Amino acid sequence: MDKNSEGDRALLQVSDLNVRFHTTDGEVSAVNGVSLSLARGETLGIVGESGSGKSQLAFSIMGLLARNGRANGSVRFDGQEILNAPPKVLNKIRADKIAMVFQDPMTSLNPYLRVSDQMAEVLMLHRGMGKAQAVAECARMLDAVKIPDAKGRIRLYPHEFSGGMRQRVMIAMALLCKPDVLIADEPTTALDVTVQAQIMQLLDDLQTEFGMAMILITHDLGVVAGACERVMVMYGGRVMERAATDPLFADPSHPYTQGLLQAIPRVDQRGDELSAIPGSPPNMTFPPPGCPFQPRCAYAMPICEAQMPPLDDFAPGRARACHASVMTVRAGHAPQPLLPEAAAEDQAIAAASAEAHAAGGTR
Amino acid sequence: MTGYILRRIAIAIPTLLLLIVVSFLLMHAAPGGPFTQERQLPAQVLANLNAKYGLDDPLWRQIINYVWGIVAHFDFGPSFVYPDRTVNQIIAAGFPVTLTYGSIAFVVAVAVGVSGVAAAIRHNTWLDYLAVGTSIGAQVLPNFVMAPILVLIFTLWLGWLPGGGWGGPIYWIMPTVALSTSFMASIARIMRSSMLEVLGSNHIRTARAKGLPERAVILRHALKPALLPVISYLGPAFVTMITGSVVIDMYFSTGGIGRSFVDSALNRDYAVMMGITILVGALTILFSLVVDVLYAWIDPKIRY
Repeated sequence: MDKNSEGDRALLQVSDLNVRFHTTDGEVSAVNGVSLSLARGETLGIVGESGSGKSQLAFSIMGLLARNGRANGSVRFDGQEILNAPPKVLNKIRADKIAMVFQDPMTSLNPYLRVSDQMAEVLMLHRGMGKAQAVAECARMLDAVKIPDAKGRIRLYPHEFSGGMRQRVMIAMALLCKPDVLIADEPTTALDVTVQAQIMQLLDDLQTEFGMAMILITHDLGVVAGACERVMVMYGGRVMERAATDPLFADPSHPYTQGLLQAIPRVDQRGDELSAIPGSPPNMTFPPPGCPFQPRCAYAMPICEAQMPPLDDFAPGRARACHASVMTVRAGHAPQPLLPEAAAEDQAIAAASAEAHAAGGTR
Repeated sequence: MTGYILRRIAIAIPTLLLLIVVSFLLMHAAPGGPFTQERQLPAQVLANLNAKYGLDDPLWRQIINYVWGIVAHFDFGPSFVYPDRTVNQIIAAGFPVTLTYGSIAFVVAVAVGVSGVAAAIRHNTWLDYLAVGTSIGAQVLPNFVMAPILVLIFTLWLGWLPGGGWGGPIYWIMPTVALSTSFMASIARIMRSSMLEVLGSNHIRTARAKGLPERAVILRHALKPALLPVISYLGPAFVTMITGSVVIDMYFSTGGIGRSFVDSALNRDYAVMMGITILVGALTILFSLVVDVLYAWIDPKIRY
């Protein structure tokens, strides 16, 4: 909790959430000790690379983890504990109070049912509407997400819609019960840029209209800058940095946030090579010791390998988990210009894969 | 949808004709003839026999006569071995028997097999392990082992059921059980694994996120797609079951066409062999068509 007052008003309060998956390779810790709070009407961005635990965090809030997943900690919605709640309790909240827009619109709709049937069942279930009334209401919602000829198209199957249309159908479906919280997991990743902008505008409009709170999960910092009031940066299943959007962009206090921001290509840097964070996200079956970002971090010190830095509220509304001081990171003076091991490792991997290719070719 | 079915039928007819011609040619290419015996027949007798059955005609005329007989008169010709019986009579005697025990076995196998869904829903519980264990056991137990065990228990030890022959429903039980077990096990295993796969898919997560009770998630959202692989297995399985099993016909002396088929091959009774081959082929084509139609009914992407 970064502010006590915020905790009191919070509509959704996640405290010390852990998600583990039991796999044949061993335990995978997807989310480690994450806390967040969301006030009514607020938009929180969760940013991080693929595999940073953002989606699993969202699934565990909704009780939608895969069978081999276990969550512990606490998720309170409107004061009620819902983590690992029995299905009866969760089913009352799902779609009605907390709704979710899933990442992949191509596979997240049921290909065997008409869009009308898939959408109407939400209202029939939570609002006790009859079929005809529910379908009419759904068509109105499709209209609201700017699907042309919504009345006619609602009778179609998902494969008869384009990717962008399907994403709108997903959004319309999530908004049917006018939920208090919308969790949007990469709602624009599968879409091209113009459609992306339309969808974000749409979400923004609907948010103002219905006054709902939103958790926007994305790896697109541009989307975050445009839509979110606060941002949480995740890496290796942990919160690395938490801040209001503007300060975070202006003055990233964590090396990982800094790396993410530097990786955004800029029009005014024509010809330069794109800068990327060296290395790749950790394998969470065998997480690195200490801070998960330490193997790729330009500021890494011996202590980073020894222990995970605690999430420290270093300024009002801002928190970071890093052993390096804010001053060091701000100054941008890494102890070494580029981590030699990481670069060497990259080269070793490239060489190994080239070798494997060559070997495969001769066989 | 109607157009789709008509197109499928239009493809089925030439397929069947091709089947008839190819099996006729294959049969003809096999060394020896229907009247080849250990003791050579006198040349005049052989010539008379060949003339009687039209085997002295050129090959193309034989094929045309054969196909015409089937198309125009539904006549598969006389048996080469039993001069007083036609192929139609032999099939008419045996097919109702295999159709009876085959259909019952099919219904039983499907009814029990589809309950593999329960194992998928209770994945990694004792019910799941029990179902998987039982079905592997049933699948590796071939019907030629199953049949004598059944006869041993229910006829010889308990004396409850007749050990063979064909009559009222009491005669149907053991052939049905012996025939259905391995199919039942296969269906259950396909059903379980396809249901598990569907339950892990993204659209099922969407259904759960709607707050639907688990029963509605399974019945409305998961069952249809999970049935697809089972349906494609059931088409050919049904044909295999109703066209009889040699093992069942032998052990239980049921007199089905499974026995006639093997006898015809051993006796070089080409006409009977052709007749049953065509019957099996026609049924296979018919039920592939049924499977295709069911697929299109379930999966809107296939309808065009």
